[in-house]
Parts: sequence; structure tokens; C-alpha cells
Amino acid sequence: MRYPLASGSSRLTRVLGWSALVALALNTWWGLWLSPPDVVQGQFVRMLYIHPAVATMCYAGFGVCALGSVAWLWPRLRSPRWDRLAVAGAEVGAVFCFATLVTGSIWGRASWGVWWTWDARLTLTAILFALSLGYLALRRSIDNPHSRALASSMVAILMALTVVVDHYATVWFVTLHQNETLFQPDPTIHGWQLVTMLMSFLAFGLVFAWMMVHRYRLEVLEERYEREGFTSALEARRSEALPERRVEVPSR
Amino acid sequence: MWRDALVVAGKDLRVEGRSKVALNQVVPYSLVVLLLFGFAFDQDQPLLVQAAPGLFWLAVLFSGLLAVQRTFSIESADGAADSLRMSGLEPAGIFVGKVAAVAVQLLLLEVFLAGGIVVLFHSKLAGAGLLAASAVLSTTGVAAAGVAYGALSMGTRVRETLLPLLLAPVLAPVVLAATEAWRAALGFSSGDGWRWLGLLAGFTAIYLAGGVLSFGALMEET
Repeated sequence: MRYPLASGSSRLTRVLGWSALVALALNTWWGLWLSPPDVVQGQFVRMLYIHPAVATMCYAGFGVCALGSVAWLWPRLRSPRWDRLAVAGAEVGAVFCFATLVTGSIWGRASWGVWWTWDARLTLTAILFALSLGYLALRRSIDNPHSRALASSMVAILMALTVVVDHYATVWFVTLHQNETLFQPDPTIHGWQLVTMLMSFLAFGLVFAWMMVHRYRLEVLEERYEREGFTSALEARRSEALPERRVEVPSR
Repeated sequence: MWRDALVVAGKDLRVEGRSKVALNQVVPYSLVVLLLFGFAFDQDQPLLVQAAPGLFWLAVLFSGLLAVQRTFSIESADGAADSLRMSGLEPAGIFVGKVAAVAVQLLLLEVFLAGGIVVLFHSKLAGAGLLAASAVLSTTGVAAAGVAYGALSMGTRVRETLLPLLLAPVLAPVVLAATEAWRAALGFSSGDGWRWLGLLAGFTAIYLAGGVLSFGALMEET
């Protein structure tokens, strides 16, 4: 049986990985040296080149997880591929969610003076992170692949609803968090700031894609290990029993 | 479905009535939680009165976790879960029955806890209609989400620790809305407490519908 994507890397992933590194380097250079300080936020504006992009990748991860889960639940589309995609999205999403909380907290300390505030969007993001850890824990605790996919798909759809509420939290609730900067008819940033911010989206988007491909690959390998592990272990034990392969234990 | 629900709810409540686990363990536990809140706030009376609605709903959340775990642990012994699956009862009926049994136990516990915050925290209960309406809606929501997630985690190796991790973030909106409704009823906030009932009703409806639709598949798998 052939296992697609089961090798360590391919030309595509190497190109993806190197592009992500170059984009991150450019983002750091432009963000720290070329982009000017902000009129209002001063040097702290440089968090703008990390935090929004990281938060968007967090949403993207959970979005992929939800899409994969819905596709798996759909009887006509059902395939292990969707489940692999869902777990890859959730795990990468959880990493970016943690990074969102950390970078947001640092930015909050700089601009609001506190590491944490009881704001609707912050609180919902923290809850989303807890939900994603629950999702991953649920997956780890079920052995049967079908049961695992079914139970985790249901939890994933709930997580997706939280992402939607989270995104609109700044609109629906009274919040300290600023509104959208970029995706509006008249963006509030220009010049190097705008270019660097766009570069940050490209850089973290490439990192996200690279992590997704490798996490998907890992899932394929884990499935292969589950399927073939028992057979190979059995063969290893049998070969130990053959006289010519028996390992002599040296006597003291 | 409703007949099956009554059968299952009756069975679960009879099991609790005879084993008295809820009475002998969950009720004292919830009382200890209230006492510990008192220690945490250094018996600061005005602060305790202010925080009482939130502390009450946290105590309900903690006790609700125990009630949900209990409703599934009674099925795990002696292959009871398999018997339930093969009994011919409708899965939706089993779900609604289990939700009803957990909700009834929690509502009785809430009456006790309300007495607890009056005696221990010197809260003055007011706005009985809003208190009762929000309590019934929140409790049904807690029970519905609890039973749905309980079924999800039932077949797993680590269900005792997994259930709180899954359920606590999910129940966060219920704790928030119920606390705000109670704060408004007790006169601690100027907002209209009744509007929080919309959120509670929506949450409860989503989990009841989700549970009714998916419980069959969940029972088959776990």
C-alpha cells in the first residue's frame, strides 16, 4: 500500500519552508527598522506586524478544522482525509491561539498598561484556547478512528461557532480591543506600515501552510504506525524466537 | 420519545433516591464550596453579598460536573450502558430523560444553595420571577450540555478529567448570563436582567437540539 505524503519532506515543502523563513526575516527587518513609529502608539505599533497575522492564522486553523469536520460528517464526502485535515487545523490553530494570547498580552501591557483585561474578545479567545485543548485531549483519548472522528467533529463545530462570536465580539460587545484596521474601505494605515503588515500576513500564512502540511503528514504516519505497528512488532518477536537470530545474553 | 424520556428520568432519579449519592456527597460538597468562597474573600461581608450571584453559579457549575459524571458512571457498571443501548428506547428519549434527571437534581441543589447564600453571605433574595426563570433555563442548559459532553467522553480512557476540561469552557456563557440575570434580580446592576434570558434560552435550545439529533450516533460509538 502506498502512503502519500508519508516521507519526511518533498520539494514543495522545502520551498514552502524556505519561503516562510525568508518572509519572516523580511517581516522582522521591515517591522523593526524600515517601518516608522506610530503617531499614537509609538514603538509599540510594531506589535501590529505580529499580532493580527497570528490571530488570523488561529482563526484559519480552527476554520480548517471545522470544514474538515463538517466534510467528515457529511456521509457522501466521508474520508479519513477530512479527519486528518481537521486535527492538523486544530493543532496548528491551538499553537497560533496561544501565540495570539501571548502577543496580545504583551501589546496590552504596552498600550493599556495591564497584561490582561476582562474584555469580551480576550476572554473569548482564552475560552477558545481551552476548547481547543479539550478537543485535542478528546482525540488523544479515543482509540477507535471512527469514534474519534465522530466525537471530535461535533466538538469542532462548536469551536467554530465560538470563533464567529469571537470575531464579532468587538462589534457586539463593548470592548477595549480595536476594530479592524485593514479590511475596511478606507484603511487607517499607509506606506511602510501597510506594506509590513501585509508582509506579516504573507509570512505567517506561509508558516501556517508549512505547519499544516507537516502536521497532516504526521497524522498519515501515525495511522500507518497504528496499522503496521502491531504486525511488525509480532514479526520482531517471532524473529527473536528463531535459533539463528537468538541474541546470547552474556553471563556474568 | 417523551414516554422513553420519562422512563429514563424515572430510572435515574430512582437510582439517586436509593443510593443517596447526590444527597450524601454532592450536597455537602456544594456547601463546602460556599464555605471556601467565604475564606477566599476573607469573610468580607459587603464583597460576599456583591459576589454572591457569581459564587452561587460557580458552585452550581462544580456540582453540575459531579452530577453529570454520576449520571454516566451509573451506566458504566455491570454493562448497563449496553443494556440501555439494546433496550429499544429511542436515543433522543434517553438523552431528554437524562437531561431531565440531572436538571431536577440540580434544581433541588440550587434551592439548598440559595438558602446557603442567604445564611452564609447574608444575601437578600428578590425578584423571584427572574431568579426562578433564569435558574430553570440555566439548569436545563447545564444539564443538556453536560449530558451531550458526558456521552462524548464516556467511552474515553480519561473521562474523569476530560469532562471538566470540555464542559467548563462550554458552560462559560451560561455562568455569565445566569450571574448577570441574578445580579439584576438582586439589584446589583442597573441593566435589564430579563434580556439575559434570551442568551440562556438560545444556549439551552442549541444543546437540547444538538443532543436529541446526535445522541444516537454518540451512544453507538462510545
